[in-house]
Amino acid sequence: MSEAASARAQILAGIRAALKRGPLGEAASAPLAARLAQHPRNLIPARAASLDHAGRVDLFVGMAEEVQTTVDRVADPKDVPAAVAEYLTGQNLPAELVMAPDPALDAYPWADRPMLRIRRDRAQDADAVSVTPAFAAIAETGTLMLTSDPTRPTTLNLLPDTHIVVLRADQVVGPYEEAWTRLRTAYPNGDWPRTINFITGPSRTGDIEQRIQLGAHGPRRLHIVLVGAAAAPSAA
Amino acid sequence: MQPTSHAFKANARQALDDGVLRRALDNMRGGFPAKRLAAVNRLPEFEALRDAGKTIKDHVLENLDFYLEAFERNVVARGGVVHWCRTAQEARDTILGICRTVDAKTVTKGKSMVAEEIALNDYLEANGVEPIETDLGEYIIQLRHEPPSHIIAPAIHLLKEHVETAFRAAHTQLDPNRPLSEPRQLTDEARAILRAKFQSADVGITGANFLIAETGSTVIVTNEGNGDLTQTLPKIHIVLASLEKIVPTLEDASTILRLLARSATGQEFSTYTTFSAGPRRPGDLDGPGEFHVVLLDNGRTAMLGTEFQDMLRCIRCSACMNHCPVYGAVGGHAYGWVYPGPMGSVLTPGLLGVAEAGHLLNASTFCGKCESVCPMKIPLPKMMRHWREREFEAKLSPSAFRSGLKLWAFFAKRPALYRAATGLATRLLGGLGRGAGRFRSLPLAGGWTSVRDLPAPEGRSFQSLWAAQRATRRPHATTLSPVSRAAQ
Repeated sequence: MSEAASARAQILAGIRAALKRGPLGEAASAPLAARLAQHPRNLIPARAASLDHAGRVDLFVGMAEEVQTTVDRVADPKDVPAAVAEYLTGQNLPAELVMAPDPALDAYPWADRPMLRIRRDRAQDADAVSVTPAFAAIAETGTLMLTSDPTRPTTLNLLPDTHIVVLRADQVVGPYEEAWTRLRTAYPNGDWPRTINFITGPSRTGDIEQRIQLGAHGPRRLHIVLVGAAAAPSAA
Repeated sequence: MQPTSHAFKANARQALDDGVLRRALDNMRGGFPAKRLAAVNRLPEFEALRDAGKTIKDHVLENLDFYLEAFERNVVARGGVVHWCRTAQEARDTILGICRTVDAKTVTKGKSMVAEEIALNDYLEANGVEPIETDLGEYIIQLRHEPPSHIIAPAIHLLKEHVETAFRAAHTQLDPNRPLSEPRQLTDEARAILRAKFQSADVGITGANFLIAETGSTVIVTNEGNGDLTQTLPKIHIVLASLEKIVPTLEDASTILRLLARSATGQEFSTYTTFSAGPRRPGDLDGPGEFHVVLLDNGRTAMLGTEFQDMLRCIRCSACMNHCPVYGAVGGHAYGWVYPGPMGSVLTPGLLGVAEAGHLLNASTFCGKCESVCPMKIPLPKMMRHWREREFEAKLSPSAFRSGLKLWAFFAKRPALYRAATGLATRLLGGLGRGAGRFRSLPLAGGWTSVRDLPAPEGRSFQSLWAAQRATRRPHATTLSPVSRAAQ
């Protein structure tokens, strides 16, 4: 047996000896395998679970704003590019951004804002502003859920100073558990994204005298353009 | 790091005389506990969630082998590798070996107490690989060549002036006249310096708050985003995690995550909670090309099945130390190793042995606050008492303490003699101290009277008062005294 294989065997044998039993047999491991397959939900707080969809969207916005996320509600998808451009102007930021090469973002008429210089790529260190879509948002704590794939590079969520997320209102769920259900539905074969980022506000640190500073390593500003805030939830 | 837990008494005395440390610790005591309380009060289900979290972890520990094997299968299915390591040395060698495959010059690191536990930085450095801590607190203490003093706020013992001095000494390429007295300026400087390090590192090493059996994911929880940059930008992501970090499903992790940030910093949720599974997928534009999980035992399985098993539920939130009057008075360095405060007093003897860490068991007033705020309901005071028993059985406690305890036990086992002796002593001391009402010094009691007076007993002993009261209220009550009952 190789050194690595014997380390593995010895650790597992040590666990079994400590628990005063051998390897779990079929009868003992079947309910454990079932628990993994069924992933039952545990206690879920009423805070978000008890609300209707409009209530959840309001809760999401309130919780996000508590942690210095800014939110701009836009009723019509065609107004998204204007909302992004105006946010950048308001923050005195250049109209230059790197955007996820995600077809979902093609739904918005970026050409209406020719002054916005847009690169579709992963982020580089020099990029000041990024725009990404979201997978879901969790009302319970004002948390964004962003997933990686070839059209949604993770660096966009981390490197730029300003991160703008275009979130559809029908992507807002109550508790985390509903977001997991949506993810399992989107990836039925378990071919999970490499990275799932739950992001609650801009980067921060309290490491110097417990005084909170934003923008420790990740973005200093997290801005959400919330589209169709009055819309009902979709099946997706 | 070389443990100095055996020197706790001297460490603590030194810490108590350190006025700067006092100010730094006051920052903590004014911060974390109040924030935690506000967050807990805002979530009516918090108590029920503690029970749910405990149930999950207890279930995992009873079936640890099953869930570790399931985790490994799912890591491999997503293209990652799991390395099982029995000891700190095996983990260090494994990590160095992985670094050597890409001829790594520098590695960036997310904050990991397990990495501190195995003294990874020293080992990498000695073997020609430069480790760079990227959590702001860890970066500061790395520059100062000192260990963390807190598991989530490693530089909590420092003031901003210390940080300024460390940055001026290390960042000599910058203008020496730059303003650097405010936390904002210090944070910005660290951000700029570390950005370049993230980009050039060959390997990124993070810890893990959870390992998910169902998906083969590892989870890190940070506020800065440093762990995310650490694991996203280099060619290789190594996750170093001790094996009790495993939970069955994403739902189970979510339940415990509801407890973690609230217990730690009083946040509703930490800024970044990141689930990583395997290396970058085909077509991905970023992410590491390799994903390795170094699964460390280093004494954990030896705690399984013993009276210390409950300690393996710990999620490293730091609530116990944030609320501990002893930690609040002496800080984390006095504990002499990686894990301070009540959780350290229980875990350190388990990992280093009671001979090294025996003094930590006295670093407690047994007020019980730690257990009452522990999100995983770990009976920390009870386990400290278990360790004291082991220490006594191993004949490691000082001989004066042992003979004193034997003398006490001799009387305690003989209730009539005990009552007679304590009654006599009470009357004698009561008579001698009648004038002042207290003693400034007393033979054999110097440890007490050197720092405070001993009040003179007034009248009768507690036991005789108790007996008299019971006799009047319940004439037929048994005469068994509390002391003889305890001795049985």
